[in-house]
Order: sequence, then structure tokens, then C-alpha cells
Amino acid sequence: MRTIKFLLQKEFRQIFRNKSILAMVIFMPVVQLLILPLAANYEVKNINISVIDNDHSSCSQKLISKVTASGYFTLTGYNYSFKQAFQLIEKDEADLVLEIPQGFERNLVRENEQQLFIAVNAINGTKANLGGAYLASIIRDYNSDIRLDLIEAGRFNRQPTATIVSSNWFNPLLNYKLFMVPGILAILVTMIGGFLTALNIVKEKEVGTIEQINVTPIKKHHFILGKLIPFWILGNVVFTLGLLVAWLIYGIVPLGSVLLLYGFISVYLLAVLGFGLLVSTFCDTQQQAMFIMFFFMMVFILMGGLFTSIDSMPEWAKVFTMFNPVSYLIEVMRMIMLKGSGMKDILKQLGTIALFAIVLNSWAILNYKKTS
Amino acid sequence: MSEAVIKTDKLTKRFGDFVATNAISFEVQKGEVFGFLGANGAGKTTAMRMLCGLSIPSSGTATIAGFDVYGQTEKIKKSIGYMSQKFSLYEDLTVMENIRFFGGIYGLTGQQLKNKGNELITKLGLQKEVKKIVGSLPLGWKQKLSFSVAVLHNPKIVFLDEPTGGVDPVTRRQFWDLIYESVENGVTIFITTHYMDEAEYCNRISIMVDGKIEALDTPHNLKEKYKVTSMDDVFYQLARGAKRGE
Amino acid sequence: MKQFITFIKKEFAHVLRDRKTLLILFGMPVVQILIFGFALTNEVQNARIIVMDHSNDAATKQIVAKIGASQYFDVEKTVIKGKQMEAAFKKGKIKLAVIFPANFNTDLLHQNHAQVQVIADASDPNTATTLTNYISTILQDYLSDINQVANVPYRITPQIRMMYNPQLKGAPNFVPGVMALVLMLVCVMMTAVSIVKEKETGTMEILLVSPFKPLLVIVSKAIPYLLLSLINVASILALSVFVLDLPVKGSILLLFAESTLFIITCLTLGIFISVKTNSQQVAMLISLMGMLLPTILFSGFMFPIENMPIPLQVFSNVIPAKWFYIIVKTIMIKGLGFSAIWKESLILSGITLFLLIVSLKSFKIRLT
Repeated sequence: MRTIKFLLQKEFRQIFRNKSILAMVIFMPVVQLLILPLAANYEVKNINISVIDNDHSSCSQKLISKVTASGYFTLTGYNYSFKQAFQLIEKDEADLVLEIPQGFERNLVRENEQQLFIAVNAINGTKANLGGAYLASIIRDYNSDIRLDLIEAGRFNRQPTATIVSSNWFNPLLNYKLFMVPGILAILVTMIGGFLTALNIVKEKEVGTIEQINVTPIKKHHFILGKLIPFWILGNVVFTLGLLVAWLIYGIVPLGSVLLLYGFISVYLLAVLGFGLLVSTFCDTQQQAMFIMFFFMMVFILMGGLFTSIDSMPEWAKVFTMFNPVSYLIEVMRMIMLKGSGMKDILKQLGTIALFAIVLNSWAILNYKKTS
Repeated sequence: MSEAVIKTDKLTKRFGDFVATNAISFEVQKGEVFGFLGANGAGKTTAMRMLCGLSIPSSGTATIAGFDVYGQTEKIKKSIGYMSQKFSLYEDLTVMENIRFFGGIYGLTGQQLKNKGNELITKLGLQKEVKKIVGSLPLGWKQKLSFSVAVLHNPKIVFLDEPTGGVDPVTRRQFWDLIYESVENGVTIFITTHYMDEAEYCNRISIMVDGKIEALDTPHNLKEKYKVTSMDDVFYQLARGAKRGE
Repeated sequence: MKQFITFIKKEFAHVLRDRKTLLILFGMPVVQILIFGFALTNEVQNARIIVMDHSNDAATKQIVAKIGASQYFDVEKTVIKGKQMEAAFKKGKIKLAVIFPANFNTDLLHQNHAQVQVIADASDPNTATTLTNYISTILQDYLSDINQVANVPYRITPQIRMMYNPQLKGAPNFVPGVMALVLMLVCVMMTAVSIVKEKETGTMEILLVSPFKPLLVIVSKAIPYLLLSLINVASILALSVFVLDLPVKGSILLLFAESTLFIITCLTLGIFISVKTNSQQVAMLISLMGMLLPTILFSGFMFPIENMPIPLQVFSNVIPAKWFYIIVKTIMIKGLGFSAIWKESLILSGITLFLLIVSLKSFKIRLT
């Protein structure tokens, strides 16, 4: 037991003496947490639209005003030729082109139907879809308006309509930051915990101090504990910093129990650190460790449910997600912070992560125990 | 009659088809300064790692301070000290912090640590450097510090793996003074080195070639046997036929 | 010149010997493309929802059938109390609840208006909005179906043509993004670490004392990664063409030329980082942690840059990946030529030059 005390003393001294690592551990997460949620936003607004009005009628004018007044679109081009408007799309200065054909108003009255031509830059499928949908819904509205104008009231049966009354629970303002901040925090904690642990041990290997440790009567599991504990504490520090930033800057206060949050993070950190440990047993140089950790982190992050929804993934991907600790953390963080979920609700995730922690750490210790 | 603190019998280490250490057998008596020589790639480091409990042998037997290298590695580690080529002190900790850490690991209590630590520092003349980061010390001081830390817990045997690389002759001489001092206190020294003049400082030396021990005797006897005047020449005679180089 | 080649050979030996790293260097783009291509999507599918139908009449039955038939939803029909519903949401089991009041059809036909209540789990606002929109569309479909009977005058129909990507696949958006991401991360980190490692182990001094210009030493470190990265570009393109069905519309030569430019930019960035740091750990932490998330976000392929607050939009101009992403899209997806991307190329060259000058300056200061 005493040995652990000495090991911890040494680790903390080394960590605090290393100013750049310290700065990075504290500074970087805070900065990223400040900037990234602002940037991460799937809402689609400020769509650039170029309109070609070949009709110049009061009807077409009405349509154009409706489009620009909607708030979704910014008019970046007006009345160029189709070729010019097309070039605007090529240059990324317009995302959509709306062309109103000549004789639109006249022909609508005479033939009872007309078409509008829309070209959309569909490279970003989501943006194109939503942009097209917004425009289509504006046109639909416009259609009913025109219909009412052109027809005397009461002359024909109003069509039955149904509307949706929607309520958004847990995030009534549809604040995207509420969604992103817990997720980004989860990723930052994971990266720091994982990377630092892996690098630290491999560095001792590279420099040779690990041989010195191996010759001493320090038990392997004491050594591992001596590595785990400081970074576990660091992980919690980063998490706390993150929560503070979430509260002070974004006004996000966990709806559920903060204690439960910390409880889960504590177990999660053990799993992540265990993973870093495990990776370090396979690497001889810091470069390798970094690279391998990076590879796994990247896959975990991309498939963790932060940027895209796990439910939409194909079956094989969902199976993979079961082995991805980050996905559990992101899910639980959102559940506790935004929905106020309690212990009962996250029992399954907690159990799984605890299992990960045990397996990963045991495997790492096993690897270290092997003398060549 | 001295007891044998190191005893090996046909100690062997194989890595797949490659036999790094090939059935070496020898004994080291208590209080000896035993030189373990050999060309690069001869198998010295592999052998030493087995003796330190860092590596399990493929076959053969060995006991260190009476403990078996197969099953009692933890007890072996408590009884030995070790200093590697890279010196293995924590470069980003201070002198005192390194002393406290390694002393504490070996079970020295607070009071013992204080006393021994101060003793060590006074002896090495490091009073002014106590709070300095080890990385900033000149090489010679690092070496002496490393050795002192290795004997802090009064081990029975100290293993030194090429400890004097890269320092001036004066410092090397001072280092050997430290070694002799430990010997006077009953410590056995097991040292590998490339410096043939240091070989002369040893009680006995063994020379490994291609995994086997080709010579084992006092420096004086070896020089007579091969009819040469320096250890350099003894070494050259034995090692030049070696098939393994680094 | 011959000495330069010697250096390059040595650097290649270093790189090729590290099998584990090499595996990841080449494997990473492949894995990313596979993940993005087959696992990630912004569409929502198989969302678990519950439907509570208090009317159970002809209209609601049809609507519910339509919802159930849609690939977007996995419907559970239940009648549960309010509290249970909240618990179900909290457990994360359902994302949406659709509630039909009693007398739905009667209201619809006789009062010409009926309401449907939709409750969404907005902890994921995106999914909530998307799912609500889907329900709304299904509802409108139903209405227009029953309205077909009545002949509605003055119909305006929009004809939408999706350009460059008619099937709205994800690949045209993310393949250029993955290219930018992989190249940037690999080049920056590998170069930075490789140079700093020599500094740390002290072998850098040996090289500097030699009669070779320090610049040559550093450049020779970057060359293997240049070649490796070009191989990565080739493999990404190959995957894109053969596995994702996404061809290169424009000139492949131009694409490789621009990739080389971008690679050089990243290598220079790596060199810059290596000049400023002294330990491998710090170099790695900066290259990876400092650059992974920002590059993903500010290159523009995950989230559109126009949606970000203005200061961030301005900041994104500093990220080389942003410009390269535009360049690749323009050549590969739009099929345009150099005249369309000369501006972006100029910017990249400018960034490279700037980094080079600053690095050289710092480097010289170190030596004197």
C-alpha cells in the first residue's frame, strides 16, 4: 500500500511539473467547449437563393417577397439569365435557383396550373433536402394564398385541413447546444483520459524507467493503480471544468442528479483509462501509441452518436456500437443532463461500462505481468 | 568460506529458434566484484535480465541470494539493486524526489529515508543540487546518484549494466570508489562493461561469446593463460571468432 | 543532391519499419470512408415511436397505417398514461408520441379541421424536428389523397432538379471531407512528431552539425509523408469510385496536383509545430487534440459554415482544410477546372508560404 503512495507522489509531481501538458489538459478542453458547440449546428438557415423572374407580374413579385420574408433564404441573385444563375451555383454563391416562367400569372388563371423550376446544389444532401422542403412549403402556402385571392370567398368548399400541435419535451426551444455540449464534453474527457494514460506509460518504456520499476519489488497491479489514479483524477477535473463551462456559458444545468453524473463518469473513466493502458502494452514508442489511440478515438467518436444518430445506422454498425464506450457516455450524459433520468434508467449502461472497465484493465495487467 | 550469492546451472534462454543464452553455468561469491563481459550481441543483457527476475529462463536453473529465478522473482527483486545503461532515474524529478521515491518503493520508512537520503547526499557532495531536476545534472553526477539510489536499501547484490559509459576517467575512478565502498559493506557486485581497464578492477570475470561462457577466471590468470599482457588482448582473442555481432 | 537522397532514404527506412503505424496510416482513410459511406447518415430511420389513437376511426386507422408503413418509424400502439409516457421518454425508449384525440374523423369532415398532438423528445433537436416533419408530411399526404376527389383549381407544382447529386447520397459531401481530414491529420502529426523526436533524442544535433543545410534535413523528413499521403489520396479515390459509386467528374491530374499543394501546406504546418515544441507528447497533443475536432468542424463538411456565428466563420478561413474541401468538391463533384479554384489555391499557397517563413525564422533563432 505504501508503494502506491510513493507512486502517486511521483506521478503528480511529474504531471504538475510538465507545464505544457497541464496547460493543454485544462486550456484545450475549455477552449474547445467554448467554440465547438457554437459551430456544431445542423439547422439550415441562410440559404442562398437566386431568383429568375421571367414573368414580372404582381403574382411573381408576391412569391419572391414571400420567399425572402421567410427568414430561411438570402437573395443573392436576381434576374440573371439562367446560365448566369447556374454559374452562381457553380461558384457556391447560390444554393438554389428559382425560375418563374414567362406568363406565369396569366397561364395560372387560364390553364389552372403552372410549374416553377428549381435547381438545387445537392452536394450536401441534407441541406438540399431541407432547403428544397422549405421552399416547397413556402410555395404551398403561397398557393393557398393565391387560391383565396382568385376565388370569391364561399364559392367552394374549403378543404378539410388537419394540423399538428407539437410539443418538444426536455428542450422546448430546440436549443442545439443543449444537445451538443454534453456530447462534446464526453468526447473531450475520453480523449484526455485515453491519450494521456497511453502516452505516459509508453514514455516510461521509451526512456527506460519502466525497466527500473520492473526490477523493484513493486507489484504490477500497484504500478497500474499508480498510473490509473492520477489520470482518473485529472479526468474528473476536466469533467468538472466542462460542467462549469456548460453552466456559466451555456446555462446548462443538469436536470438529473449531479452525483449520478459523477458516479457514471468515475466508472467510465476507469474503462477509458483501461483502454489507454491496454494500448500502451502493445506499443513501443509514443508515436505508435498516439497513432493507435487516435485511430480508435476517431472511430469511437464518429460512431458514438454525437454527429449522427445511432438508430439510423445499419445493423452491423449498431452491433459495433455496443462495443463503443463513447456511445454509452454520450447517451447517458444526455439522458441525465437533459431528461433528468435516474439510476434505474441508466443501470444497463452503467453495468456495461463497468464490465468494460474490468475486462480492459485486467487484460492490461495481464499483458504487463508477462515477463518476456 | 564465502557463500555463493549467484548460482547458475545450464541457464538457457531461447527466443524461438534463436538461443540467446546457451547453458551458462557459474557462481558468484558474496562480496565479489564479478565482471560479466562479452561483445555486443553475445547474450550478456539477456543473461542479466534472467538473473534480475526480469525474464523467465527457457531451461536450466539459477538462484539469486538463495531465491529461485523461476518462482521467487519477487523475493529476488527485494534483495537486489539495479542500475541500467540509461541510468533510469526520473529526469523530471529532483535529486531528493528520486531518492525518496526509490527508497520508499523498497520499503524504507520516513525516518530511514530521511537519514539515508541525507547521508547519500553528503557523501556525493550534492547538497547544493538536492532540489535540482536530475535532467539538468552533468552525466557523472547522474551516474553516481543512480548507483547510490540502487544501494539505498542495502541489497545483497547490485547489478550494473554498463554503468560508466560516456564519462571522463576521473569520474569513472570516483564511481569505482563508490563500488568498492559497497563491497566493503558486504555487497556483491555483478557488472557488465566494455571498458577493459575496468575488467582489471574485478575479482573475476567471465567472457561470453555467442551465448556461451568461453572464459571464467581472475584477470591475472586469464592474461597468463592467453599469454598476453592486457585484458584487451584476452578479450580480442576470444571475441574475434564470434559469429554474432550487433 | 546525392546527400539529399541519402537523407530521404533514411527517413523512408524509419517510416517503413514502423509496421503498426504504417497499418494505421493506410488503414485509416479506408475505415473512415467505410464508416461514412455505410454507417453514418443524417436521415432518421426506424425511430421507435408510440401512437395513441383515441378515435380509432377510418381516418386515424389509415394515417396510422401510413405511419407504420414508413421506413422512418417503428410503431408501438399503446394506450398509456401521461406519467408512463414521461418515464418511457426518460428511459430513452421512444423518440416521439403521436396522439389522436377522440372524434378525429368527425371533426375533420364536419368542422373541416382536426388536430393531432405530437410530442417529441427534443433532447436531440434535430431528430425531433425531422420526425415531426415526417409525421406532418404523412398527414398532408393523407389529406391530399382525400382531396384528390375534389378538383382543386390553381395548382402550382414545383419541379425540383437536384444538381451534382440527384440521389442525395452522402458520399459527394463527405468523401472530399474525409480526404481533407485524413491528409491534414496524418501530415501534420507525423511530420511534427518525427522532427521533434530527433530533437528529443538528440540526433537532430548530429544532423545539424553535418555539412547539410538544416532546411534539407527537415524537408527530407517530410518527403516520405508526402508520398504516403498521395497513396492515401489514390486509395480514397479508388474506394470512392469502386465502392461508393462516386466518380471523379473533373480532371484527376488537377485533383492530384491540388492534393499535393494541400499536403505541402499540412507538412509545413507540421514543421511549424515541431519548431515550436520540444517534446513529442506536446507535439502530438497539439496536432491531434488541438486539431481533430476543429478540423472536422471548420472544414465545413459536417456542419455548414454559413450557420456559424460570424467570428467563427472568419476563423474558419484560417483552417487550410476548409479551402481544400472546397477545391475537391469543385473538381470531383462539380467537374470544374482550375479557373474555378484559382482563388482557393492561391490562399493555400499563401498559408504555406507564411508557415514556411515563420518556421524558418524560428528555426534560425534557435540555432544562433
